[in-house]
Amino acid sequence: MIQVRDLSKTFRVAEKQPGLQGTLRHLLLRRHRDVEAVSGLNFSIEEGEMVGFLGPNGAGKTTTLKMLSGLIHPSAGELSVAGYQPERRQCGFLEQITLVMGNKQQLIWDLPPLDSIRVNAAVYGIDAIEAKRRVSELADMLELGEELHRPVRKLSLGQRMKAELLASLLHQPRVLFLDEPTLGLDVSAQARVRDFLAEYNRRFGATVLLTSHYMGDITALCERVLLIHQGQLFHDGDLEALTSKLAPFRQVRLELQRAYPMAAFEAYGTVESHQEHQVMLLINRNCLTETVAALLSNFPVVDLEVNDPPIEELMRSLFSAAATSALP
Amino acid sequence: MTRKRPRLVRAVRIAKALLSTQYAYMLEYRAEIALWAISGVLPLIMLGVWQGSGAATRAGLNPQQLSHYFVAAFVVRQFSVVWLIHVFEEDTLTGKLSPYLLQPLQPLWRYFCAHLAEQATRIPFVGFLLIGLATINPDLLWRPSAGELLWGIAALWSAFILRFLLQTLAAMLCFWSERAAALDRLLLIPYLFLSGLVAPLDTFPASIKRIALATPFPAMVDFPARLLSGLPVDLGGGLLSLLIWCLILAPLCWWGWHQGVRRYGAMGA
Repeated sequence: MIQVRDLSKTFRVAEKQPGLQGTLRHLLLRRHRDVEAVSGLNFSIEEGEMVGFLGPNGAGKTTTLKMLSGLIHPSAGELSVAGYQPERRQCGFLEQITLVMGNKQQLIWDLPPLDSIRVNAAVYGIDAIEAKRRVSELADMLELGEELHRPVRKLSLGQRMKAELLASLLHQPRVLFLDEPTLGLDVSAQARVRDFLAEYNRRFGATVLLTSHYMGDITALCERVLLIHQGQLFHDGDLEALTSKLAPFRQVRLELQRAYPMAAFEAYGTVESHQEHQVMLLINRNCLTETVAALLSNFPVVDLEVNDPPIEELMRSLFSAAATSALP
Repeated sequence: MTRKRPRLVRAVRIAKALLSTQYAYMLEYRAEIALWAISGVLPLIMLGVWQGSGAATRAGLNPQQLSHYFVAAFVVRQFSVVWLIHVFEEDTLTGKLSPYLLQPLQPLWRYFCAHLAEQATRIPFVGFLLIGLATINPDLLWRPSAGELLWGIAALWSAFILRFLLQTLAAMLCFWSERAAALDRLLLIPYLFLSGLVAPLDTFPASIKRIALATPFPAMVDFPARLLSGLPVDLGGGLLSLLIWCLILAPLCWWGWHQGVRRYGAMGA
């Protein structure tokens, strides 16, 4: 459904130093810098797949979504979405996709969502009866009712987002590009939107590419994730594989009958913490079974727990490392 | 034929949906539109200025013709106001254009329908202003013949389309510049002086009049105003001028759009 080959996007930005001197220099001798937002991206997505698109701020996620939806033209590379070249923005293509952005709205601010939805129905050539049926179906799924008759400006953020989704999905697109669809929503509204997206994907077999800073969205919806890092693809696979890639070790927590010195555990792995009866070890995934067996036979273990480090933490450390390396 | 009919039906349905929605939207801003209507009284101010001087008489216009011309110019101005560049500039800079670009409808149609809806919202306010003028001085109003009204409205609407196309072309610069609306302010100067808004073209020196007639501006005010006020006018020449300018500008707008949209960065979106 989606094929991306060597996709790159470079933006030319003017550089200006602060202060009067910088302003005058900028006026007379303007300097530009090429910023590579996306560089040599390769991936493909099958029909009906739900894929999470992860990366720190400025990694190129939104730029990629804009290229995939045909909003901006790539600087290099090839793109194919539903058999179309997105940048040509042919009607047949536009009728099969949608792009929902959590920080942007298409609904007319001063009118009820139904007015904007009526325009969408006409634009996509959906007859009045069918449009009514689809609105009713989607409104049920999104738990929207009289909100559709209230001016958009009077709706809460969650209600607005749900109405945005309804308006964007009225034409039943086969490909959904979702950029932070749960941005700013409270926990219950986030859950409602997640449930809706899962249900939409199940019912219509739509292909979904989703970016979100809430790992909950990704873990709940996407079996596969693409991690983009400094404009390049860092990982393409399931979340578990990403965890292994980011952290090739697992956390093992031991509760012991009596206290042992820290040195007693150093041969088994990295001691993360040590408090009398409790020890936290980081053990390489490749020798986890043997190491745990050795620990159990060599120490009086009361309780043992094996965990993956939280994905949020791994991502945070990766992103903060990226931010540090990006500093001049 | 079988393919054209559904396409036409769909186009009519889109137009109806856009016009009714935009009309509802404009009604939300009715007070603002009433103020815009009042602010468009420049031709009436110019009437006051010209009435006091003998220049119009020397140009062959009697006081009644002069007042009818400026009242007609006032009506033409009211229904040919184009503000596309200002909203388009904002939509381009803030990324509000993006949702329109993602739908299978040329985004400029939305702006065009918004203008038509704004004109419809303006009708009662212009009506009140004309009634107000008639109350002050009944001689300011006249009853145009059916032909004058028909051709006048056709010319007025064509003048609006011409202004819309001219501003669309200027608006395409929004894809290159962040302050393209400045160009519209520059265009306002020749529009004011060469269109006949501040002075009937007949009062211009012959050489200036020739220059003015070589531009699209007289077709935007002078021609429809003369038709509506019943002044002698070259109907065929005026309509031809409107047609030619529209035919020149429309492909340029199309070209500007296709070049410009490639540069669109969807910033803020």
